Formats: sequence, C-alpha cells, structure tokens
Amino acid sequence: MLGSLTLILLCQLVGEIVTKVTKMPVPGPVIGMVLLFCLLLLGADRLPRDLDSAGGFLLRYLALLFVPAGVGVITNLDLLIRSWAPIAGVIVIGTLLTIAVTGVAMQFLNRRFRGAQKESGQ
Amino acid sequence: MSVDIKELWVYLAASPLLWLTLTLLAYQFGAYIFRRCDCNPLLNPVLTAVVVLVFLLKISHTDYQTYFRGAQFIHFLLGPATVALAIPLYRELAVVKKAFLPIILTLAIGSLTAITSAVGIAWALGGEKVLLLTLAPKSITTPIAMGISEKIGGLPSLTAVAVVLTGITGAVGGDFILKSLKVDDQMARGMALGVASHGIGTARAIQTSQLAGAFAALAMALNGLFTALLLPALAGFFN
Repeated sequence: MLGSLTLILLCQLVGEIVTKVTKMPVPGPVIGMVLLFCLLLLGADRLPRDLDSAGGFLLRYLALLFVPAGVGVITNLDLLIRSWAPIAGVIVIGTLLTIAVTGVAMQFLNRRFRGAQKESGQ
Repeated sequence: MSVDIKELWVYLAASPLLWLTLTLLAYQFGAYIFRRCDCNPLLNPVLTAVVVLVFLLKISHTDYQTYFRGAQFIHFLLGPATVALAIPLYRELAVVKKAFLPIILTLAIGSLTAITSAVGIAWALGGEKVLLLTLAPKSITTPIAMGISEKIGGLPSLTAVAVVLTGITGAVGGDFILKSLKVDDQMARGMALGVASHGIGTARAIQTSQLAGAFAALAMALNGLFTALLLPALAGFFN
C-alpha cells in the first residue's frame, strides 16, 4: 500500500513540476494521471501489486473530496445572490443541455462506428 | 458553565480537528439520507454535505479560512485521486481504444456545447461580460477552470463556485436526462457526465459502473485539456 501511495504522489509531484516549469495551463494532477497511465502501459506488472486497492480507496470516496471546495460557495454568497438568474440559468440549463447532447452524440456515434466496423469486418 | 462552553469552543475552533470531523460527518449524513431514500439523485451526498456545512459555518460565524484549515486534509486527496483515475482508464483500455473516433468527435461536440451554452445563456439572461467569461469554463475540473478564468478575464473564485455547482447539477440531474433520452450505453453515460460535470460527474459515474467511470475520467481529462487550449483562443478572438 505504501509503495502504491508513494507512486501516486510521485506522479503528482512530477506533474506539478512539469506544469510549473513549462507554464502549461493544465493542473499538475492531470499530468500526473497521464504519467501514471503511461507507466501502466509500459508495464503494469512491474508496478506495486496493490496499486488497484490504493487507487480504489481514493476513488471510492471521490465525491467526498469535493466537499471542501464546494463549501467555498460561502465566500461568494453575495455575488451569487446578486446575479442568481444568469448563474442559475447557465448552470442548470447549460449543464443538462451539455449532458443531453454529449450522451446522445456518443451513443449515436458508438452505434454507427461499431456498425461500420462489423460491416467492414465481414 | 457558559464560560466553560465558550472556552471549549475557542479551543475547538482553533484546531483543525473540529471541521475535519464535521466534514466527514456531514458527508456520511448525506450518504445515509441518499441510501435511505432509494438513492434519489436529488439527495446527492455532496450537495447535502455542502448545505449542512455552509449552514453550520454561518450560524457559528466561522470563516472559510478557519474551516479550510481542517478540511484541507480532505481537499489534498483530490490531487492523488485525480492521478489514480489512470487506473480504471487503463483497465478499460481495450474498450477505449475501440471507441477512439467516437470519443474524439463526442468530446469536440460536448466541449463546444458546454462553452457556447454557458456564454449564450448568460448573455441572454443579461449577464455582464465579466460574468460570461467567468462562467465559460464551468464544465471543466476546478484547477484548470480557475486558471483559464483568470487568463481570459473572469473571476476565478466565482468560477470555482460555478464549477462545483455545475458538477452537483450534473450528478443530480444527469441520470434523469440520460434516462429520458434513452441513453443506456455506459460509455455514452460516462462521456456525458465527464464532459459536462468533470470530477463530480465522474464520481457519480463510478457509482454506476466501472466502464462509465473510466469513460467519465477520460472525458474529464480530455475536456480539461481541450478547453484549456480552445477557450483562451476563442476569448482572444472575441475581444
């Protein structure tokens, strides 16, 4: 477990250093994720065996980890109350519209693409 | 007696333990209610926990900095958890590879829908320019969204709030929307939640299936990268 957690933190650390040095607009953990993914591709069997359970532990409570940032709403309550209409409209309508469009597009493309693959395979 | 309670409060308020524990309790309370009510998506545990904690902070006149001294230990784990999203992605690699073209096309469609709907709706509802710029990156993960917001002239702290509310909205309403549009493909469900509602949507998708979780993680990461490249260019074009 210790080895796995160290590996995960190490990926994040390298990610943070890369974004600081290159001034990329991408956060360190996202680079860390890409890095860990590459390491898994290079040889999952050479990485600590309990990486799945260490990662699983973090991901099982992923929703909890957003609570502190969510409570940050409290620092902007005034502005939120003042411009509540456009903000609520954007968040509710915009988000649900995006989910609808993305979900339908992916399902449609997935079926078309798989259908095409099957046809060309025959 | 009242003096003792005051002393106890002063002691507790100064230590990170109180708000750390209350955050865990609030989340578990939210998760308990969620399970008790047949996992009704309106009772999203993150939403319940945030509402309970904001209420507690308000009635105890505690500021966010004090709260965060305790909550930072939970907040810190967000970084390692983001890195760990590589694991389900790797496990589902075979499926991801097969669906490569649909993923890229859907990403472009979803990302553009997220940005244009945010800016368009804010403009239609009479939002000022700074509000449009603040809300434009609302669908991507908090750190990238704040960075972009600052770059294009929005208010990063309000962007952070919008991002979290967007995530909660997607986790709460996403299931309903996808169900009523008959989207039952797990890959499509994952993509939709990841593109529109970043990490909070991904957390919701993981609860449905590992496949949906992997696609949501992928969609979140790709949308973050895509928007980081696209939005500053778009904003520059319109300025």
